[in-house]
Amino acid sequence: MKKTIQIECLRYHPETDAAPRYQTYEVPFTDDMSLLQGLQYIKDRLDGSLTFRWSCRMAICGSCGSMVNGVPKLSCETFLRDLHPGKVRVEPLAHFPIVRDLAIDQTDFLKKLESIKPYLIPKTAPGKDTFLQTPEQMEDYYQYSQCINCLLCYAACPQYGLNGNFTGPAALALLHRYNADSRDAGKAQRMEIVNAEDGVWSCTLVSYCSEVCPKGVDPARAVNQNKIESTKDYFLRFLMPKGKVE
Amino acid sequence: MKTYVRPMAGWWRRNPFYLWYMLREASCVFITAYALILLAGLARLVQGEAAFEAWLEILSRPWSIGFHAVALVLVLYHAWTWFKVMPKTLPLVRLGGKRVPDVLIVSSGIAASAVLSVILFAAAWWFSLSSAQ
Repeated sequence: MKKTIQIECLRYHPETDAAPRYQTYEVPFTDDMSLLQGLQYIKDRLDGSLTFRWSCRMAICGSCGSMVNGVPKLSCETFLRDLHPGKVRVEPLAHFPIVRDLAIDQTDFLKKLESIKPYLIPKTAPGKDTFLQTPEQMEDYYQYSQCINCLLCYAACPQYGLNGNFTGPAALALLHRYNADSRDAGKAQRMEIVNAEDGVWSCTLVSYCSEVCPKGVDPARAVNQNKIESTKDYFLRFLMPKGKVE
Repeated sequence: MKTYVRPMAGWWRRNPFYLWYMLREASCVFITAYALILLAGLARLVQGEAAFEAWLEILSRPWSIGFHAVALVLVLYHAWTWFKVMPKTLPLVRLGGKRVPDVLIVSSGIAASAVLSVILFAAAWWFSLSSAQ
């Protein structure tokens, strides 16, 4: 006989609900089933109206982030066998506006991601030079390039929940990914975001962002290294000729 | 697009991680109070022996000992969290081309702090013994 588990989902329909409510489903499962598969079972067999995002099923796409018993997780790499026999509560990622059920509105993050110029800005025009890099130089940014924009770190960050203007962990980690790259020359353009009140200085080093990251990125480290950069940027202009900091 | 934004009230009670974070932040209140008491002692010392003895007498009361015991535990916890996040606040440290692992930075910080505390405690102990003679 198959084991079953109770999955309690937050439900919110913008056209009919004033506030979210919870609905519990009894889901049969096998040991190899992820929470995402549990949600898919609900949608296919029990309630077709349940809305959630997913795509790759293998912790690459970053679509299926949700709060699992209050902890931000990718539902594709969370297994029902580990949650059994308790009841599992699934909610949309914290700190984001809910569009419907488990789907959140990521517009705010996408705007921030765009603002940090998440691409290499080389010193010279493309095609002129080759940009060689040593393994040590690559080590400076490599872990930050593993970010999949799943937003678990934002759901873990109370400072983002309290102040939605905070640039936040993933955007700042990706900003650092390019600033720390030896091939990049766009640091001066990005420092404006780092230095802003809502940049690195809104972080109080709760560091839960780094705990929940499914890809081993350490956003808290990127943010706090940039507090040093920001301080240098502020004070060095008094010492540098013509107030210019490279 | 109509969306629903959940309230943040009571956010720090939602996850044990946040509770520990709040305890770390709250420990500064006790550490500040401890520093102020110490500063008051210095002021009393300047005022003369009688004033300093009166300050010492207040320190030996049970509530004062209780406060200092709590402050000590919180200082130790604060120091632990401080060293734990230390690698995050440093640029990558390399020794002979190899990256120094975080655990080594954390443990050497804690070890240095422990050794210095022991030396300081021993020095104070030795000083109080030799001045009592």
